[in-house]
Amino acid sequence: MFNSTLAVAERPLSRRWLLTAATGLALGLAAAFPAKAQDTIKVGILHSLSGTMAISETTLKDVMLMLIEEQNKKGGLLGKKLEAVVVDPASNWPLFAEKARELISKDKVAAVFGCWTSVSRKSVLPVFKELNSILFYPVQYEGEESEKNVFYTGAAPNQQAIPAVDYLMKEEKVVRWVLEGTDYVYPRTTNKILEAYLKAKGVKPEDISINYTPFGHADWQTRVAAIKKFGSEGKKTAVVSTINGDANVPFYKELGNQGLKAKDIPVVAFSVGEEELAGIDTKPLVGHLAAWNYFQSIDTPINKAFIAKWQAFTKNPKRVTNDPMEAHVIGFAMWVKAVEAVKTTDATKVIDALPGITAPNLTGGTSTMLPNHHITKPVFIGEVRADGQFDVVWKSPGLVPGDAWSKELPGSKDLIGDWKTLKCGNYNTVTKKCGGA
Amino acid sequence: MSAFLKRCAVLLFAFAVLLLGSQLGQAASYEEALDKFAADSYAETEEAIAAIAASGHPMAAQVLDALQNTRLLYDPASRKVFIKGSSVSLLDAATGQPLAGAPADAQPVRVNNRLRRVIDAALGGLTLLSSDPVKRLGAALAVFKSRESNALPALNAALAKETDPKIKRALTDARAAVVLNFAEASESDKLSAVVVIRARGDQDAVGLLAGLPSDTPAAVSRAAQDAVTAIQSQLAMWTTVQNAWYGLSLGSVLLLAAIGLAITFGVMGVINMAHGEMVMLGAYVTFVVQEIFRAKFPALEDYSLVFAVPLAFVFAGLVGILIEQGIIRFLYGRPLETLLATWGLSLILQQSVRTAFGPTNKEVSNPTWMSGAFELGQITITYNRLWIICFTLAVFVALLGLLRWTRLGLEMRAVTQNRAMAASMGIRTGRVDALTFGLGSGIAGIAGVALSQIDNVSPNLGQGYIIDSFMVVVFGGVGNLWGTLVGAFTLGIANKFLEPFAGAVLGKIAILVLIILFIQKRPRGLFALKGRAIES
Repeated sequence: MFNSTLAVAERPLSRRWLLTAATGLALGLAAAFPAKAQDTIKVGILHSLSGTMAISETTLKDVMLMLIEEQNKKGGLLGKKLEAVVVDPASNWPLFAEKARELISKDKVAAVFGCWTSVSRKSVLPVFKELNSILFYPVQYEGEESEKNVFYTGAAPNQQAIPAVDYLMKEEKVVRWVLEGTDYVYPRTTNKILEAYLKAKGVKPEDISINYTPFGHADWQTRVAAIKKFGSEGKKTAVVSTINGDANVPFYKELGNQGLKAKDIPVVAFSVGEEELAGIDTKPLVGHLAAWNYFQSIDTPINKAFIAKWQAFTKNPKRVTNDPMEAHVIGFAMWVKAVEAVKTTDATKVIDALPGITAPNLTGGTSTMLPNHHITKPVFIGEVRADGQFDVVWKSPGLVPGDAWSKELPGSKDLIGDWKTLKCGNYNTVTKKCGGA
Repeated sequence: MSAFLKRCAVLLFAFAVLLLGSQLGQAASYEEALDKFAADSYAETEEAIAAIAASGHPMAAQVLDALQNTRLLYDPASRKVFIKGSSVSLLDAATGQPLAGAPADAQPVRVNNRLRRVIDAALGGLTLLSSDPVKRLGAALAVFKSRESNALPALNAALAKETDPKIKRALTDARAAVVLNFAEASESDKLSAVVVIRARGDQDAVGLLAGLPSDTPAAVSRAAQDAVTAIQSQLAMWTTVQNAWYGLSLGSVLLLAAIGLAITFGVMGVINMAHGEMVMLGAYVTFVVQEIFRAKFPALEDYSLVFAVPLAFVFAGLVGILIEQGIIRFLYGRPLETLLATWGLSLILQQSVRTAFGPTNKEVSNPTWMSGAFELGQITITYNRLWIICFTLAVFVALLGLLRWTRLGLEMRAVTQNRAMAASMGIRTGRVDALTFGLGSGIAGIAGVALSQIDNVSPNLGQGYIIDSFMVVVFGGVGNLWGTLVGAFTLGIANKFLEPFAGAVLGKIAILVLIILFIQKRPRGLFALKGRAIES
């Protein structure tokens, strides 16, 4: 043991050496569970535990550990125990790809649950394609993608953004729109879709204002004042916020301080959930809106049981639950069912088995995996309460199937993803060809 | 005779029945309305609000006020409705009688944004004649927003009675707003209403005048259009003032974050990449102090910040001294290694805080004296920004004083100007270095207390400020506190004047490019220290 360390240390410090040492260290940290050869099925968890995204992703790692522990208590899967392999891609996009490769080729995991930002998903995509493995992606995203190896359990734009805008138009009679977002791919694509949708609904271009701010933007004075001004021209105005996690707290604090009330200019957010609100004093924000497919406050027996389990698992009676957590619950249940159906963890067979698999969601319905690898979900609009939870003010009549390709954008309105019969992620229904527009 | 008496008696009886009936009817409609609250449906709640406002029942305003503040409870089983007092007391909404306790499953009647607006409008009409001036003012503002024409009689009555000039103004404005949106009002009435609204001269006035109903007479529309143009040109001037204020505010935040770095980097020449983490530690000290106050002395919670400032200074300062003694001391004169070591240290600090407190944001609430805003002319000034500017300037002055008039300050200046000479005069340079680094870190900790009021308290808090801080110090001139002050405010104001035109992203890039160009021209910043000391 000592000798080998010494031998390593005597070698000149090369880049490769550093890399091996670093991966070795990470592996050592990650393999918290004792590996028993061959009698376990490994499940990869690829969520950032350090860096900027740790704030959101750490919770998802914990949920996965809880789900795996629970499955093991039920007797595991195919008679084997499940074993979680946790790696930390450290909010570093290229590292996501490296860690994904490590999980698939070195640890031989049967499936990976992970990623949060779209850029991290895009970074691991080639790895999953090349090594033919399975990724469950639990976060609402901008759509315009359907890949054979990825299962999208979060919302597509038509399961979140479009219903939210519809609600504001109908219930709050909004005619003037501020689309406020952080400057990266999700807000830019979502806003492009929303802009096209609003214009199709007859909103004039001068009644739409689109603005982007950098990641972690902390000084919102100018923007909030501009929103106030835009909103006080005699027409009912609303803000559609795709502002990313860290910038939200200062944004809402500034809204509260400048006295912008939800009754005057409501803000509907797509990335603000219970977890984000836990860091803010929510009293000035009562009435602002969020659109999700799950809220902690939804009163169903299955949700109550889940919250109790989660709070017991984290040993924190105040720990909140949120939408991406539910997505992992559904995704994990679907994967378990698919593996049980084909009696193997072989990726190709599980991928073929997954479309059509159903699993109960936490809001009382049953979600189905669609041929385009998205799932059906209910849509809820909630208003912020003084205690940081949401009151559901609107609910979609049934489950909404996720569209991989937006019907609002000219470039994608003819495309569909179908991995069941067509075996194609971007089939053009007009030219009848696979391979996009 | 008897016939007459009989007739009288009948009449009296009929009258009595009528009177009783009307009162009963009023009470019945009120109670029916209350019952609708128990249905837990937004549509029924809306009907109930309208019915209660129209009932004229003495409890009406109280019920609506409770509903607005989610203090109206209902019991789904018995369909009874209660008002929860601001303390623990409980009233039966139907009778107004106090109750001992609510049923176990009583829950608040839910409202949404649309209902909140409906309640505001209804309450506005009900409380215009209230004896409480605060309520009257609130009612006037609510009517100004709702523009409900049926509030007009109450408005006229209130205007005739009102003596308080501020409320009278609000009432006049509200009346003008109602008249402008009331189809039956006369043209001359509307024209004088435009004059009233034009005198307001604010954003709301523009909103009101720009959004007049389509049936407005042509003359009124024209007058309104003129008024909008006039107000907007005036507002444009105020926008400049507002941008300057925002610039000052951003500048003060930059200054606060950079001032500690101006000591460690500017005076000592240590490239301290862990500076942001000192700020972050200060913010976490604020959080811990707040939690202790919440648990132990809830009455003093508003003042926990006052205690957090010295504690954050001491804590961050001690950590700073530890870092200096443990790491930086060995790396003086080797900037690249200092940079790497402190960078690594910053990651270690971040991850330890993440492990200790969890990765999620911690909630640090604004004390009441730092919440909200006031209007100065046509600009909104938020209290938290105002306090941060005052606080920053106080810290700056204190630091200047410390460097100028204390023995430690004298020694610091001596060591930075000429280390060898200072050492030969008997100054223990090692100790001065440690204390200087501690001072810089401590001030960063204080900055964390202030930043916890406007930003996330998360392990990443410091990262967002480190680049800006270096920019300020380099731009202002290394080794000069005044340079840091001018640099911070220049950058802040430039940023805020660029943002409305260029957007936040481009604005930031533009500032960076400008600084790079500036540094090409003046490599030592705005205020370069003259002398032979720093150079060598």
